Amino acid sequence: MTHVSHINNAKSVDSKTARDADTPLLEIRDLAITFDTSNGPVHAVRNAHLSIMPGETVAIVGESGSGKSTTALAAIGLLPSNGRVSGGQIFFDGEDITKASSKRIVELRGSSIGMVPQDPMSNLNPVWKIGFQVKETLKANGLAGANSKERVAEVLAEAGLPDAAARAKQYPHEFSGGMRQRALIAIGLACRPRLLIADEPTSALDVTVQRQILDHLDRMTTELGTAVLLITHDLGLAAERAEKLVVMYKGQVVESGPALEILRNPQHPYTQRLVNSAPSMASQRLQSQKAKDALASAAAQTQESVSADGHSVPVAKDPMVVPSSVSPVIPGHAAKGETILEIKNLTKVFKLRGALGKATDFKAVDDISFSVPRGSTTAIVGESGSGKSTVAQMTLSLLAPTEGSILFDGVEVNTLKGKALFDFRRRVQPIFQDPYGSLDPMFNIYRTIEEPLKIHKIGDKKSREKKVRELLDQVSMPASTMQRYPNELSGGQRQRIAIARALALNPDVIICDEAVSALDVLVQAQVLNLLNELQEELGLTYLFITHDLAVVRQIADNVCVMQHGRIVETSSTDEVFNNPKQVYTQELLNAIPGASLLV
Amino acid sequence: MSENLTPDKGTTEPVTPVTRQGKISSRTIEHFVAPLEETPLAAVDNVDETTVSLSLWADAWRNLRKQPLFIISALLILLVVVVAIVPGLFAHVDPTSCTLADSAEGPRSGHPLGFTLQGCDVYSRMIYGTRASLTVGIFTTLGVLIIGGIMGALAGYYGGWLDTILARLADIFFALPLILGAIIINQLPLFRDNKSVWTVVIALVAFGWPQIARITRGAVIENRNADFVMAAKALGLSPFRALMKHVVPNSLAPIIVVASISLGTFIVAEATLSFLGIGLPFSVISWGNDISAAQTQVRNNPSVLLWPAVALSITVLSFIMLGDALRDALDPKARKR
Repeated sequence: MTHVSHINNAKSVDSKTARDADTPLLEIRDLAITFDTSNGPVHAVRNAHLSIMPGETVAIVGESGSGKSTTALAAIGLLPSNGRVSGGQIFFDGEDITKASSKRIVELRGSSIGMVPQDPMSNLNPVWKIGFQVKETLKANGLAGANSKERVAEVLAEAGLPDAAARAKQYPHEFSGGMRQRALIAIGLACRPRLLIADEPTSALDVTVQRQILDHLDRMTTELGTAVLLITHDLGLAAERAEKLVVMYKGQVVESGPALEILRNPQHPYTQRLVNSAPSMASQRLQSQKAKDALASAAAQTQESVSADGHSVPVAKDPMVVPSSVSPVIPGHAAKGETILEIKNLTKVFKLRGALGKATDFKAVDDISFSVPRGSTTAIVGESGSGKSTVAQMTLSLLAPTEGSILFDGVEVNTLKGKALFDFRRRVQPIFQDPYGSLDPMFNIYRTIEEPLKIHKIGDKKSREKKVRELLDQVSMPASTMQRYPNELSGGQRQRIAIARALALNPDVIICDEAVSALDVLVQAQVLNLLNELQEELGLTYLFITHDLAVVRQIADNVCVMQHGRIVETSSTDEVFNNPKQVYTQELLNAIPGASLLV
Repeated sequence: MSENLTPDKGTTEPVTPVTRQGKISSRTIEHFVAPLEETPLAAVDNVDETTVSLSLWADAWRNLRKQPLFIISALLILLVVVVAIVPGLFAHVDPTSCTLADSAEGPRSGHPLGFTLQGCDVYSRMIYGTRASLTVGIFTTLGVLIIGGIMGALAGYYGGWLDTILARLADIFFALPLILGAIIINQLPLFRDNKSVWTVVIALVAFGWPQIARITRGAVIENRNADFVMAAKALGLSPFRALMKHVVPNSLAPIIVVASISLGTFIVAEATLSFLGIGLPFSVISWGNDISAAQTQVRNNPSVLLWPAVALSITVLSFIMLGDALRDALDPKARKR
C-alpha cells in the first residue's frame, strides 16, 4: 500500500490537520438523543460521552438497541427524522455539530467525516456502476478534478479491489459481499476524511473476509492517519482493532477505557457479563449445570478444584439460564453414542440458468460423508455458499439429494413416504436462522407451539395446553407469553419459542441451521446454554450448522469443515482447535476475532 | 450463489497463524466506569410483560379506528349498505310509479329532486338504484376473490408448469377489453333473453379475476419460501395444508386492500355497461341506467343526470378511501416494532 501516502496530498491542504494532536478530534459530552414515537418520547441515548483523538481507533460495543449506532449517526447529523439531540454537545474539531447549520453538516460529511455503513448488500445503488458511485462522492466534495476516472480507480485500488479500473465499470450485483464492502470503504475514505465512522462494517460477511477487510481498513487508516469510530457488537473484534473501548448499555456508556484493560479487568457488571459470554474468548465446550454440579461435588470430595481437562471455564460462568425444574432424563430409543444419523456420499446438484437459457450444473454438495453419534453435537462449519444449509435441508428431507444416502436410525430418509415420512418428521426437527422469519406472524405463541401437537394429533385440548406450558418453562419463557404474537418478542425470545416448538414432539435430532447467528452475544450465549442444558436433560442430538467457529467451540463435540461443497476436515472439536490439519481450517481459526487476546 | 461472482480474495494473504495483540495506545486513556445505580443491570432478554398483546387484525383495527379517512369512508359505506337493504326507509315514493304529467318537473314538496323525463321521482330512483349497484359490486368482488384467489394462490405456491399455464390464461383475459368482452357475453344465447344483475356480475368476474390472481400470486410467492412455512412442513404438515394454514393467511392483507378498491371500480364498470345499454336491463333501477336515460336532457335539465352520478361517485370514492386506509393499517412493514 505504498501508493496511499502520495495520494494523500491530492486533497487540498487542510490547515486544521496540523492542529495539536492532544485535543480530541471528536468529543461527545452528556449526549442525549430522543425519538418521538407514537407511544411518546423514547430516550435512546442518555449521558453519553466519548472522545476520539486524531488517528485513534475507538470502538463502541453494545447489544442491539443499546444506542451505539444512534450515537454515531448523531455525530454525522444523520439521525432519522423522528430523532433529535435533546441534550449535550458533539464537538468535531472544536465545533459543536449539534448547533451547526444543516449546510455546514453537509460540508463536513464525506470530506471530514466518512461513513462505512453496515449492510453492503443494500447500501450500493443497484442501477449505477461502482465507479459512478465513487465519483459521486468525489464530486460532492469538489475533489473529482479533470482526471476523475483515474482518481476513482486509485481510490478503489486502495480499498483492495484488484483490477480497479475494470471493476469501476461493473454494477453492484456483479460484486460479492466482501467486494461491495471494499467499494463502500473506498467511498467512505475517498475524500480523505479525518474521522471514519464504521457501523458494523463486517457483520454481514464471512469471518475470513471479515478479517481481510478489517486488516485492510486498519492499514489504510493507519497510513492516512484517519481516526476510526468502530461500532460493533463483538467485544473480541473491538478489543483487537481499537485502542479504546466504549461499552454502551441501554443508551448509556457504562464503561470506557483502554481496550485490553477493559477486556482483562472489566469493572461494570454488564461489561463483565459481556466478557464472560464473548464466544470468541471461549476456550472449551459448555457444560450443563448438572455436569458442573457433578464435577463440583467430585472436586469437593477430592479437594481438587480442577475442571475436566484442567482448563479454567470462562464461559457459562454467568448463571443466566438455569432451568428451575430439571426433569429426569428421558432415554432415547438407542443408547448414547450409537450412530443415529449417517450421511454417505451425499451429492446435490442444482441446475443454474445460465446465459441464453443454457442450464449449467452447480454442485452445492459434493460427495460428503459423516455420521452423528446419538446424544452429541456435530457441527458443520463453512462460509456462505459452502453448501452447509443444503445438507441441513436434505437431512430434514425437505430437499431431495441428487446422489448418496442419509440414514436415520438405520433407515434411508429420502425414500420415506406417507406415514413413515410423517413419523420421521416427528423425530427430526429444525431450528432456523432468522428468528424473524421462522414463526408465523399470524399465529400467537400458543398456536405456534401447539401446531406440531395438533398436526400429529397428540392429546386433547387440555393436555396440549399443559404441554405448551411445560415447553415454555423449559425454554425459560413465562406462561403469559402464550397469548403474544411473534412481533412482540425479541430475536432471542423468538428463537427460544422456535426451540420450544421443535421440542414439542420429543424429537431425537434437532438440526440447527445457523440458529444463533442472528443474535446478540449475550442472547446467543443464553440460547447456547439453553440448547446445552436441553441436550443433557433430554438426550438430544444436534446437527449444528454454523459459520462461526467460536460457537462451535462452545457447543460441538465433533466438527465437519466444509468448503465449496466438500468436507475438508472432520474430527473432534478439540482436535480441530488444537491441531487443525487443513490450511482452510487454520484460516478459519485465525479469523476468529480476539481469539488470541484473552487467554 | 450465482457462479459469476468474483472471488472475495482482494489481496491474498498467506496463511500463517497470526497472533494479533490488539492495539496499545501511547496516550493515556482514562478508565471510566459508570456508577451501577445509574444503569441497573437487567436480566438478559426478558419478556416485557407490561405491553398489551394484539393480533395483526386487532392491531390493524386499533390503527384504523384513529384514521379519519377510515372513519369517513366506513360511515359512508355503512349508509350505502343500509340504503341498499331497506330503501323504503329513505324514500317513500315508488320509483316505478311514473306519471308523464310530471315529466321533467322541478322539485316540489315530497319530491325534493324533481322528476325525470318519464315523470319518475329522481330522489326515489337514486335511493332505489343503490341496491343494484352494490349487489353487482359485492358479488363481483366475491367472485373475483374466489376465482382469482384460487388461481393466484395455486400458481404462486406450486409454480412450474401450473404457474405458466395459469399466468398465460390470466394474461389472455387481461388483454381483452372489458366492454368488448361484456358485449360478447351479453350476446351469448344463454344470457341474451334473461339479462339480470347476475349477467353483469358474470361478465365482470370473467374479466376482473386476473388482477386479483396477480396480486395473490405475488403475495403467495413472497411467503411460500418463508422459514415458518418450511418449519411447518418439517413438522409434518402437507404442502397443501401449509398453503391454507400459513401462506394464505399471511397473504391476505394486500388482497383485501386491492379487493376493496376494485369493489368501487366494479360499481363504475357496471354503470358504464348499463350506460352503454349492455349492462343491467332497463327494468332494473340502477344509477347507470338513470344516467344513460338522462343524457338526452343534459342541457335543459342537468340535475336529473347529476344526482345518480353523485350517488355513484360517493359510493365508489368511499370504497377507494377504505382501501387506502386499509393499506396503511395492514402494511406489514409498519408492524415490525
